[in-house]
Amino acid sequence: MAEFRLPKNSIVGPGKHYPAPEGATNTRTIKIYRYDPDSGKNPHIDTYDVDMDSCGPMVLDAIIKIKNEMDSTLTFRRSCREGICGSCAMNIDGSNTLACTMALADIEGDITIYPLPHQSVIKDLVSDLTNFYAQYASVEPWLKSDSPAPPDRERLQSPEDREKLDGAYECILCACCSTSCPSYWWNSDRYLGPAALLASYRWLADSRDDATGDRLDDLEDPFKLYRCHTIMNCAQVCPKGLNPAKAIAETKKMLVERRG
Amino acid sequence: MAWNDKRPLSPHLQIYKLPLTAYVSIGNRAAGVVNCIAMVLLVSVIAAASGAGDSSTILWLVNSWFGKLVLFGFTLSLYFHMCNGIRHLFWDVGHGFDVDTATKTAKVSIGVAVALTIITWIVASAS
Repeated sequence: MAEFRLPKNSIVGPGKHYPAPEGATNTRTIKIYRYDPDSGKNPHIDTYDVDMDSCGPMVLDAIIKIKNEMDSTLTFRRSCREGICGSCAMNIDGSNTLACTMALADIEGDITIYPLPHQSVIKDLVSDLTNFYAQYASVEPWLKSDSPAPPDRERLQSPEDREKLDGAYECILCACCSTSCPSYWWNSDRYLGPAALLASYRWLADSRDDATGDRLDDLEDPFKLYRCHTIMNCAQVCPKGLNPAKAIAETKKMLVERRG
Repeated sequence: MAWNDKRPLSPHLQIYKLPLTAYVSIGNRAAGVVNCIAMVLLVSVIAAASGAGDSSTILWLVNSWFGKLVLFGFTLSLYFHMCNGIRHLFWDVGHGFDVDTATKTAKVSIGVAVALTIITWIVASAS
């Protein structure tokens, strides 16, 4: 059964307030989920008044500024700062996205930042993605071919067949989609979630792959694939504009079609 | 799933701003449950109308303002579930997954369900 409430050790309490530096006139309030595993205490929300006159335009700029100038204990993942590594995925203003591509100007009022929803929190905005990666690995995201590779060139594919992979191969595994999905919240132990299923479809749709039958066999299960109820949160939040819901529907269609 | 982790579970429903498509999805599931309950009432009314046994209580109930309100709710629930059923049929053949399209069809399913409910009640009360 789905557990709609937070467990006792996860209830979020109030935290500290960090005022803006003296003389700052243009400030914005950023509320951030904090959890320190060494404290033995429940998570809490810290409030930071950030000087916008000396802050970059993106949410990532703001939290880096907080870490540099206001509170060095703030912990989060980040790397490329241009929307291709997927590290800084978090829940900003109630929706999952990348901190580096989310403009502060696009958020009205106070900015609230939580870790990706319904995940085990390691520290602050860093959640444990072990299960997410294991699910990705379980769809065996690599080419499986019965024929040996040509010795002197890559495996060829027609432009039309290559086009079928557009929208399926660009995933950066940021986990925004899977952790936005209520089905995934309630069944992440058995439902693979939109990201892993999009990765699975990327190989199902590949004309060079010969393991289509085995891949479909693996998904023919009450939970792995069919817990998708087309809620559409995945496609709504994908920072790369991909559509896992559509890929899942195409996979369901392939399963029906092979039954004949 | 019981939470046996020493680490906290990050907030989900408590903080997530669900999009319209998600609300309509929840609504569709709720309407399905409501429709099952409505079936029991429907059978009771049909049985009463066919004259089997003492039907005065059930007839009094469906003719009261409260009974009518419940019936109105059931009508809406039935049409809402039907509209979203049609939406799901399109999805099952691979159409309507674009985020804008899905949001638009969510709005249409609400609008059409409300319109059909009102038309049904106008027709029913005129006859």
